[in-house]
Amino acid sequence: MTEYAAVPRQREPAEVVAELDRLNVWFPTRAGVVRAVDGVSLRIRRGETLGLVGESGSGKSTAGLALLRLVDPSAGTVRVAGQDVTRWSRRRLRALRRRVAMVFQDPQASLDPRRTIGASIAEPLIVHRLVDGAAARRQRVAELLDLVGLRRELADRHPHELSGGQRQRVGIARALAGEPDLIVLDEPIASLDLSVQAQIMNLLRRLQRDLGLTYLFIAHDLAAVEHMSDRLAVMYLGRIVETGTPAQIWRRPAHPYTAALLSAIPVADPQVERRRRRIILRGDVPSPVDPPAGCRFRTRCPQARAECAETDPVLVEVDPGHRAACLFAGDAVRAMSVTEPRRAGGSD
Amino acid sequence: MSDSPVLDVEGLAVTIGTRRGPARAVAGVDWSVQAGQTLALVGESGSGKSMSVLAATGLAPRTARVTGRVRLLGTDLTEVSPERRRRLRGRHVGFVFQDPMTSLNPVLTVGRQVSEAGEEHLGLTRRAARARAVELLDLVGIPSAAQRVDAYPHQFSGGMRQRVVIAMALACEPDLLIADEPTTALDVTTQAQIVELVADLQHRLGTAVVWITHDLGVVAGIADTVAVMYAGRIVEQGPVDAVFAHPAHPYTVALLAARPDPAARGADLVTIPGAPPSPWELPTGCAFFPRCPVRGDARCEHELPPLVPVSGRHQVRTFYPQATDGEDR
Repeated sequence: MTEYAAVPRQREPAEVVAELDRLNVWFPTRAGVVRAVDGVSLRIRRGETLGLVGESGSGKSTAGLALLRLVDPSAGTVRVAGQDVTRWSRRRLRALRRRVAMVFQDPQASLDPRRTIGASIAEPLIVHRLVDGAAARRQRVAELLDLVGLRRELADRHPHELSGGQRQRVGIARALAGEPDLIVLDEPIASLDLSVQAQIMNLLRRLQRDLGLTYLFIAHDLAAVEHMSDRLAVMYLGRIVETGTPAQIWRRPAHPYTAALLSAIPVADPQVERRRRRIILRGDVPSPVDPPAGCRFRTRCPQARAECAETDPVLVEVDPGHRAACLFAGDAVRAMSVTEPRRAGGSD
Repeated sequence: MSDSPVLDVEGLAVTIGTRRGPARAVAGVDWSVQAGQTLALVGESGSGKSMSVLAATGLAPRTARVTGRVRLLGTDLTEVSPERRRRLRGRHVGFVFQDPMTSLNPVLTVGRQVSEAGEEHLGLTRRAARARAVELLDLVGIPSAAQRVDAYPHQFSGGMRQRVVIAMALACEPDLLIADEPTTALDVTTQAQIVELVADLQHRLGTAVVWITHDLGVVAGIADTVAVMYAGRIVEQGPVDAVFAHPAHPYTVALLAARPDPAARGADLVTIPGAPPSPWELPTGCAFFPRCPVRGDARCEHELPPLVPVSGRHQVRTFYPQATDGEDR
């Protein structure tokens, strides 16, 4: 295995483009209050990609939506380009949504089936009054299509005439239209075929290099997030449990959940798969209505001890730039690597 | 256990009648699976991997024309009556699909659904079938199975629902389990649980498994043999180690290289330009020719390459087999 670069791609500590500070997003439901995001802080710097990974119900998408104020924070602060936007009015939010754009998982669902591709891409140009006149608008749409590698003639087509990969390129063109400070990519490759996933990942990276874009890349596919990101944050049940560079997290996960997640990812090599010891987690993710007291992962953690029920662990540094929210960070994972994987059944 | 395959498919082709005309979903495939073995069918959407299995087991849509021979435990399914085919399938084949809710009835308890197959195909009494349901739910790792047997599907998580579906599929102790993208909708830690569960059950029960997936990582972990499909045909097949270590078809080579590799961070991913051909107009030659990085010749364009041996049981459908070494990927 080759060594990772010791430093992330980014050259100097750049300005913070967007920030969540002790953010809570709670949803009242009949079953109780769902704590989708519960005390999450993260910073995204200009020109970098922050990868946010977690499984269903981890709160990763809700955290992304909070950056566009598409969900309302229950507590904490959302800052974009230095401004506290937590309580901005609906009118001012229009300006925010030019600063922060979003690309969704399912380009089929995020594009209006009755409008042409050109009209969909032009919409942000019109809403934010970025070009004057139809000719300038057409010109800008054509440029945006060029940027994402689509033929200009596609402007007159409708979404159903395009392939999944082409539709996702349209979604990216739309996001680029307002020249945003930050693009939130929410599972942008999850519904695409493998060869198309690679195309979209290459495109996103090329656009970032050429245009100096800043990404929040949200996905459950750790290998893809690792490939795309300068820094990673791992979420579990509404909390960030570990942050660091992809190299730090991939090679030396410090939180038992991250270790289990990494060990669960299948590797396309039968020899490796046969030798591998998987950490099979027990049971399901607990309900976000009633998360376990103390450490939220303790009910499924192979290394849980009595103390874990009493103390709610905070993120502590295990290496420079590498933090984990585990009372036994590092030690617990080291202990796990000698634990036999559980056989089938998984649950108690 | 005998060496004769549990399911043996020969020259299977599926043409589906549509308003745009006949679509060639499967253009002639041969594969077989032995007891206790796992065959992985891998390919991207539209490759025909699911349709070939549905057609083989008599579950193709009504508008489909299916040709070829399919032998289940020696009986040619294409020659028996639909009723007998249905009975053979119910008794010997279990199915697990991507979305557990396509298999589960939301208004029946899970116990009722798991015991139904036992009552119908094994002639168990209702009481015996219920006891068997508890046993099966326990076997697939549902906690407190004796209580949860009376719960409804919506009271289970996605992963637990898929366990219930596996219990249903195993109710008749089938000789063959068809798993069509069973973990695609699940989280990766849940996927690991399900993969482990199926492997363990297969080991204990000696079931033959046909696992359909687009995930090469899953294939590497579960398969004994792998068949890579493209545009309705198998383009490469063989023992899983041989195919992954020495992929010989340019399509397989490209697919294996398209995944991010932590060891090669920062490099661009290998992509395959363009898109697969439409099933309404399959080319006469190699279907991968228009996208092929090897750029063959007029023969590739006009003549269908046959499946030729690479080594042992490893076969590839190309005029230009690639000499590859897994270490270089």
